Amino acid sequence: MAGKPKLHYYDGRGRMDSILWLLAAAGVEFEEKFMETSKDLEKLRNDGSLMFQQVPMVEIDGMKLVQCRAILNYIAAKHNLYGRDTKERALIDRYIEGMADLNEMFIFLPITPPDEKGAKITQIKESTTNRYFPAFEKVLKSHGQDYLVGNRLSRADIHLVELIYYVEEIDPSLLANFPLLKALKARISNLPNVKKFLQPGSPRKPPMDEKCLAKVKEIFQLK
Amino acid sequence: MAAKPKLCYFRGRGRMESIRWLLAAAGVEFEEEFIETREQYEKLQKDGRLLFGQVPLVEMDGMVLTQTKAILSYLAAKYDLYGKDLKERVRVDMYADGTLDLMMMIALAAFKTPGEKEENLALVVKKAKTCYFPAFEKILKDHGEDFLVGNKFSWADVQLLEAILMVEELDASVLSDFPLLKAFKTRISSIPTIKKFLQPGSQRKLPPDSHYVKTVRKVLQL
Repeated sequence: MAGKPKLHYYDGRGRMDSILWLLAAAGVEFEEKFMETSKDLEKLRNDGSLMFQQVPMVEIDGMKLVQCRAILNYIAAKHNLYGRDTKERALIDRYIEGMADLNEMFIFLPITPPDEKGAKITQIKESTTNRYFPAFEKVLKSHGQDYLVGNRLSRADIHLVELIYYVEEIDPSLLANFPLLKALKARISNLPNVKKFLQPGSPRKPPMDEKCLAKVKEIFQLK
Repeated sequence: MAAKPKLCYFRGRGRMESIRWLLAAAGVEFEEEFIETREQYEKLQKDGRLLFGQVPLVEMDGMVLTQTKAILSYLAAKYDLYGKDLKERVRVDMYADGTLDLMMMIALAAFKTPGEKEENLALVVKKAKTCYFPAFEKILKDHGEDFLVGNKFSWADVQLLEAILMVEELDASVLSDFPLLKAFKTRISSIPTIKKFLQPGSQRKLPPDSHYVKTVRKVLQL
C-alpha cells in the first residue's frame, strides 16, 4: 500500500503552497519534511534526491518528483481535477499558466528588497485588477456556471481561490469589482476539504515573517 | 480538412521557439504571423484573442491558445509525444520543465544590459554543465535507452535537443563531459522531421539580436 506523499521544502509558502492547496483540496493526507538549514538542502542534493538540485520535491507513488508544474499536473490528473478531455485540459492549462504568472509575483515578494517592495506590490495590484481578475470574471460570466471549466471542480478553481486569498492579504478591496470571483471564493471555501484546510491547525502556511525570511536566505544562500 | 496551425509572435525565438520545435518534430506544417508594430499588438488585444493580453498565440483546431506551457502540453498530447501513462507523463513534464527553465534564462538575458547579459549567460552555461546536463546524462545512463522516457520519442527529447543546441551557441564545448548527451544529440538530430527543421530555410529562428530586442521593447513598451 502506498505511503502518504512526503513534501520536502521549508516551513513556509514559496513554491510548495500550490501543491499543498491541491493535495488538501483533493483530500489527500501528506507528510512534510522541513529543511531548517542549508545543510538540510545540501543533504538532499548529495543524496541525489533532487533532479535539478532544487526544491520543492515530492515523494509520491515510488517517485521523487521535482518541478512544481510537473508535480501539480500529476496530482491533478491522478485525482480527477484536470478536466475530462484534451480540450478541457487545454482550457484549464491556459487559465492556470496565467495564474502561475501572478503567483510568481507573490512568491518573490517576501524576498524583494525593502526599497523595491512598494513597486512590486503596485505591480501585483495592477496585474490583478487589469489583467487576471477581469479575465477570470469574464470566463465565469460567459458560461454562468459554478466552476471555471466543464461545470465541475478542477484545479483551475483551487489555484484561483488560493490566489484570491493572497490578493486579499495585500488589499481586500481588490476583489470588490468582481462579484463572480467573490462567489467562486465562497463556494470553493465551503467544500469540505477546503474548509478543513482553511481552519487553524491545518498544514496551511501563514505569510512569511522575518524569522522565516532569515531561514530561507540561509537555506538558499541568498544575499 | 483541418487548417494549418497559425502562430502569432515576434520574428524571433522568445517563448514561441519551443512551440515551433514541437510542431516541426511532429511533422506539422504551420503558418506564422509576425508582430512588428505596436498597432498590430494593440489590435490583437482589442480583438480579445489574448486571454491575458500576451503572446505567444496559436490558433489551431478551432481554438485560440495562449500561455506557452499550455500550448506545448496540448501539442505533446495531441501528437502522442507525452508518454503512455501518467507516470511517464510526469517524467516528460519534469524534464521538459527543467529545460524550459534553462532556455528561458537565455531568452531573458537578451533584454539585460550588456554587463548583466554576459553574467547571466555565463550562469546559464554553468547551470547547464553542473546541474541540468549531468541530470540528463544520468537519466540516459541509468536506463541505457535511446530516448529520455519510455523508450519512445517524446516532447522531452525535443526540448532537450533544443536546449543543448542553444547552450552550445554560448559555449561550443559544453557537451565535452557528456558522451551520452553527445550521442543523444546526434541521434535526435537525425530524426527526419528534426533534420528538416535544422536545415537552413526552415522556420527555426536565429538567436536574439539587437533588432529583435528593439522590436519587442517597442511593441510591449518595456
